[in-house]
Amino acid sequence: MTTSTIDSDIPSRPTGNHAPGQVRSCDTTGLPVCLTAQRFIKLHAVVAIVFLLIGGIGAILLALTRWPAVHLLPAEWYYRILTLHGLDMLIVMILNFEIAILYFVGPVLLNSRLFSAKLAWIAFLLMLVGSVIVNVTILAGTSDVLMTSYVPLQAHPAFYLGLIITAVGTLLGVFNYFGTLYIAMRDHTYEGSVPLVTFGGTAAAIIAVGALLHGAIALVPTWLWSLGLIGSIDPAWYRIAWWGLGHMSQQVNVCAMVAVWYLLATITTGAKPLSEAVCRGAFVLYILFINLASAHHHLVDPGVGAAWKIWNSGYAMYLAVLASMVHGFTVPASIEVAMRSKGHTRGLFGWLIAAPWSNPGFSGFFLSLVIFGFGGGITGVVLGTQQINIMAHNTLRIPGHFHVTVVGGTALAFMALTYYLVPLIFQREFYARALCRIQPWLFGGGISFMAIAMSFAGSFGVPRRHWDVEFTGAQLSAGFDSGAHVMLGLMGIGAIIAVAGLLLFVGLVVAAVFFGKSNAGRPMEAWHTEPPVAASTSEPDSGQLGTPGTMTLVLIFLLVFVVYYFANWLWLSDVWQVR
Amino acid sequence: MSIYSPEADWLRPPHGAERVWIGLAFTWCLVMFIAMPYWHFYGKQNSTGESYRVQPGAFAQRVQQFVATHRVGDMNGIPVVEPPPGSDAYLQAQMWSWYPILKLRKGQTYRVHISSIDLQHGFSLQPINMNFQILPGYDHVLTLTPTSAGEFTIICNEFCGIGHHLMTGRILVDE
Repeated sequence: MTTSTIDSDIPSRPTGNHAPGQVRSCDTTGLPVCLTAQRFIKLHAVVAIVFLLIGGIGAILLALTRWPAVHLLPAEWYYRILTLHGLDMLIVMILNFEIAILYFVGPVLLNSRLFSAKLAWIAFLLMLVGSVIVNVTILAGTSDVLMTSYVPLQAHPAFYLGLIITAVGTLLGVFNYFGTLYIAMRDHTYEGSVPLVTFGGTAAAIIAVGALLHGAIALVPTWLWSLGLIGSIDPAWYRIAWWGLGHMSQQVNVCAMVAVWYLLATITTGAKPLSEAVCRGAFVLYILFINLASAHHHLVDPGVGAAWKIWNSGYAMYLAVLASMVHGFTVPASIEVAMRSKGHTRGLFGWLIAAPWSNPGFSGFFLSLVIFGFGGGITGVVLGTQQINIMAHNTLRIPGHFHVTVVGGTALAFMALTYYLVPLIFQREFYARALCRIQPWLFGGGISFMAIAMSFAGSFGVPRRHWDVEFTGAQLSAGFDSGAHVMLGLMGIGAIIAVAGLLLFVGLVVAAVFFGKSNAGRPMEAWHTEPPVAASTSEPDSGQLGTPGTMTLVLIFLLVFVVYYFANWLWLSDVWQVR
Repeated sequence: MSIYSPEADWLRPPHGAERVWIGLAFTWCLVMFIAMPYWHFYGKQNSTGESYRVQPGAFAQRVQQFVATHRVGDMNGIPVVEPPPGSDAYLQAQMWSWYPILKLRKGQTYRVHISSIDLQHGFSLQPINMNFQILPGYDHVLTLTPTSAGEFTIICNEFCGIGHHLMTGRILVDE
């Protein structure tokens, strides 16, 4: 990164509310880093990386089992590892990373101290203890119920208890963030409105409270039922309550990811939001409407009617989708404006070609944007269309979709952020910088390849969460044609590439954190050196003419979206008639 | 800069390309929002969620009665049952089978009642690829009209324990 990008724009800042000796000024960005917040950012990041590794080992075991030619694990271990993979990745890893992000966007960006170190310790320990309980319970073989633990399938009581403890810990971490917002406002540590990234983090935190409360509503009675204190749990009720946790927590991920996009766009290219009001408005739309999408899990359920399904599936009027489409424009557009104003004005995409691709913080984030938009976003809306879901529910199309939202999107964005987190917060430099530059491409490319193969296999009807699609030993034979088998093989190859990217990431981070050169007292080593630009003869464009490249990209996106959407309606019109 | 507080007058409407894109995106959102109710009234494939509370034991009894009344043969030891066109048919999901085998006629409409007597299951008709969630305690009614003839497979696509992959069934459709 070019340090001048940041320095030249630092506004004068009011004094913070830090105790003496409890803050340091970042040697690269000049941002005031609360040392307590820094400690907990490190702790949560370390836990996130550990569980990322466990989840990643699980991932490769699963992919090699679903590849029919390999069929690695026995049935019980397949379902056991599937339970572990889902919970470690979607709950433990990602929530720890998100708490780390909140502890950054609150204290550091608002020039405040963390609200309470004690509360942070309690939150951290509860999250850790809960996660360990869940992992041990699963690996002991007492809770092969998959991530969703749909009743009346019953897990060991410790399984639910571990999840509840993790959720309570996370909730306390989120309250610590809200406490920080409060004391920063009370002590006037910043002027005017909070920065956009903090605004996005706050939106994520608000949605997280909703998600975690739904988790309590679903899991506390289920825990009591597993102890024999409650007679039975209604399966339809459980599904709706559980997905209040399960889907809303994905919306936390989306929201946190978008905040990270804005953060990385700024620190890698010096981008400024085009319109603060639009970006913030889009985050507000997330808070208001995105939770309706948990209905996407009930589109072919009994117990809920068509009107309920259509209204919720459509997010009122797709207002949360509108929000994502707005971010999908404003993020690249802000980069385009920043790059053009530096003189990269050639043609439609000269600004994009000249972008700092040798910076893994940039390439990782931009790949995340593209993979999330074209892959996860489009498939999410289409699969979540009420009637089209008939062709998709519980097939491999569903994990095909969410591996390009939460993995190719959120996890990749978090990896990109880590290329700044380690030098700036851990104050350690990465080794093997050429490998760092390849890593986002390896991970993003592998996961996209895998997800596309999964989606095709799902279109052939291949179920998700299924040990043997050759149905060996079934009373009535069943199976899929060679096309589906080819896709499952390709899925395995994509998974191998993605897991290689994951292991490389973990290796690079561990090497840097434990053995990296300290950069305390001086700026981090730049990932990218800005080449000199020939002086432009014309003034940089502004306003309407400022973003023709981005406009072209989003129009291509819209075209792909429209074609895929109507193609699915066409396929639907071909299946049996049903009401 | 998105990491610093914005200027005091940040609350301004968008202009230029940003405004055009918001307009385009919102128009597309409205098209998609209208498509679902449109298909509900004019399309032929809908999941209306028609369902009734039922005790698993009571449902199993209805299935037995249905099998006893309309049984026309056997396949691999499983009864094949042919309900009259336009009538009610019953399909029972359990660990790990779909019972019985249904014999239907192409172009005829049936009210197929599906429920589980133990865990949650996933009704997945292949290779047509139509999928519905089946819950214990809920009689899920699909008003179904086969539009192609042949032998079709039902698999389970909701995890239901270690024998999940053994749970298969059949629907036979005559011309």
